[in-house]
Amino acid sequence: MILLVILIPALAGAAAFFIGSDPLRRGLLVSTALVQFALSVATWILPPAPALSGWLAEDALGRLFLTLTSLLFLASSFYAAAYLRGERVESRSDFEEGFLFSNAREASFTGCLLLFLAAMTLVTLSQQLGLLWVAVEATTLASAPLIYFHRHHRSLEATWKYLLICSVGIALALLGIFFLAVAASSPGTAAVSLVLNDLLSDAPHLNPLWLKAAFVLMLVGYGTKMGLAPFHTWLPDAHSEAPSVASALLSGALLNCAFLGILRVHQICVASGLVDFSERLLLVLGLLSMAVAAIFITGQVDYKRMLAYSSVEHMGILAVGVGLGGAGLFGSMLHVINHSLTKVMLFMVAGNLLAVYHTKTAKNVSGALQVLPVSGLLWVLGFLAITGSPPFGPFLSEFTILKAALDQGRSFVAIAYLILLAIILAGMATPVLAMAQGTPREDIIVPAGRGVALSAVPAILGAAILLMGIYVPPVLSRTIHEAARLLGQR
Amino acid sequence: MNQLVNAILIVLVLTGFLLLASSRLVACIRAVAIQGILLGLLAIAAQDGNLSVVGVLLPLTSAAVKGFLLPWLIVRAMRDADTTREIEPLIGYNLSVIIGAVALGVSLWLGQRLPLPNQPTSFLLMPAAFFTCLVGLVLLITRRKAITQVLGYLTLENGVYAFGAAVALEMPILVELGILLDVFVGVFVMGIAIFHISRQFDHIDTGRLVTLSDRVQ
Repeated sequence: MILLVILIPALAGAAAFFIGSDPLRRGLLVSTALVQFALSVATWILPPAPALSGWLAEDALGRLFLTLTSLLFLASSFYAAAYLRGERVESRSDFEEGFLFSNAREASFTGCLLLFLAAMTLVTLSQQLGLLWVAVEATTLASAPLIYFHRHHRSLEATWKYLLICSVGIALALLGIFFLAVAASSPGTAAVSLVLNDLLSDAPHLNPLWLKAAFVLMLVGYGTKMGLAPFHTWLPDAHSEAPSVASALLSGALLNCAFLGILRVHQICVASGLVDFSERLLLVLGLLSMAVAAIFITGQVDYKRMLAYSSVEHMGILAVGVGLGGAGLFGSMLHVINHSLTKVMLFMVAGNLLAVYHTKTAKNVSGALQVLPVSGLLWVLGFLAITGSPPFGPFLSEFTILKAALDQGRSFVAIAYLILLAIILAGMATPVLAMAQGTPREDIIVPAGRGVALSAVPAILGAAILLMGIYVPPVLSRTIHEAARLLGQR
Repeated sequence: MNQLVNAILIVLVLTGFLLLASSRLVACIRAVAIQGILLGLLAIAAQDGNLSVVGVLLPLTSAAVKGFLLPWLIVRAMRDADTTREIEPLIGYNLSVIIGAVALGVSLWLGQRLPLPNQPTSFLLMPAAFFTCLVGLVLLITRRKAITQVLGYLTLENGVYAFGAAVALEMPILVELGILLDVFVGVFVMGIAIFHISRQFDHIDTGRLVTLSDRVQ
């Protein structure tokens, strides 16, 4: 079963490259997403047996990240099918600079989407750190063509930066894995198992010096991919130039996968008594990411870049939660879900606005509430949710992390956290509200025959975010607690 | 055996200096190809005589991919892009070599500071691996042609791989092949991107990829 969850999207992705008919291929995309989601939900009821001698297994962390990825991909596949139907095939002029460009083949786009899903699924289920590395690098390679869907020089520049910066980061993470293997090897024996459970049970005997060096390298490597400052430089470019559905998946699903890579090595640090060291580093990088995001969100002209920096901010919040430990771990795991749901919705809405207004500059957009009532409303609600206003889900998780900081008496962390959140709230409020209100320019016309899914999918996600703020289902809460225990919460 | 390992490592360090000093892309590509083949030999030599079929085939595959297949891909990308030289690096070649010398010193010092739990076959293993990683990073940061940056990435990857061979780490075959496949596909995708960059801009100078930045009101 565990193999099926990975192989189905991989095979469907390979097939999608060769299917000529557009409707058939879009059908394949949606149905694969449905089947894969059904399978990953089924793992909650029937825990799957480990495969490949324990290399692939599902623990609470994996289950959480897998189900979230599948859910987001399902939502995105409906949106993508509607989006691709609305994309014109012939070359057209660029919104910003007016030159002509065309799209990449739709078959490659769909194929890469599905391969991307397969790679992310492999990340969530890998228990062997080498395999995890292979999977994380595979996500980079599968998603790079997604960014270069609109063939013009800006998206090409973004793709190049993404490919090179992430590959270099990931190469450092591989060095980190080798260091970890050195930490685990004892004089006289050559074979080292890099399976997580073996490392965890052997943790007290790991060489602390090498383990520390391994953690730093893997934090830098996977942190590059996750978008933690100061390694985040690829992220705003890639997110602003990719088609919105790809941005949504990059931000909502891919960043989590890289975070999982860091969590795995954090687990080892916790088990071997180096928890203070890894927590301190995560805390520093987390607060730094929030600060960088606060600086660049304030006065940001481009609303897709604004969302991208908001992702840097939230990755920072996740790192702060894990860095605090204790109740912060629960908050962080809950925030993974809340942030992903909200950010995917916001990128979808941003895509709708971009399709109608033909600009990414916030001040050229006005009256979104009148032109696109559903998307306009979701834009405002999504802004409230992502900045941590009650009663939405992110409020609950951000508050849990704040409370963890206060309970531990770390008032400096708590104050810095609150101030940065406030700056970001203020920085996002002005452009977002100005975009929603006011009267629209007269030449704005909503194209006829827009797919229903373009509004319905973000609306459903919006409802989910509201629900997560009011009521966390007990079965979910239990799994999050279990995941937090894996990370050392008592 | 020890002599052989030492000889391989010294050549590895020399190719690093060649990469830093040369402005001709073909020479750089050749240096990276030689590194790839050396690493295959190193992995076999480091096993100290206890050879198995897999233990020979895997390094040979890796040497074939890194020594022939990847350089071929890069040479093709270079022809498409119609460039043969790295012009105007951010820092000059003399300075690059001096930085290389400093990097070698740092690597030797690091090799002293981080003692391996298992006695390695040669005391040069760790410094040579670190040095190759550092050369890769220097190339990535100071060179502006897209192809040289790919070479930098490959050099970094070679350094990491050399470290793996240095600690005689037995990664399972599946993972080894996965890593190799990832590197191959990575360079393949980068090659395609270089082709598009050269067609789009009439050059592959990444220093001019500067449209995307943060505009603030």
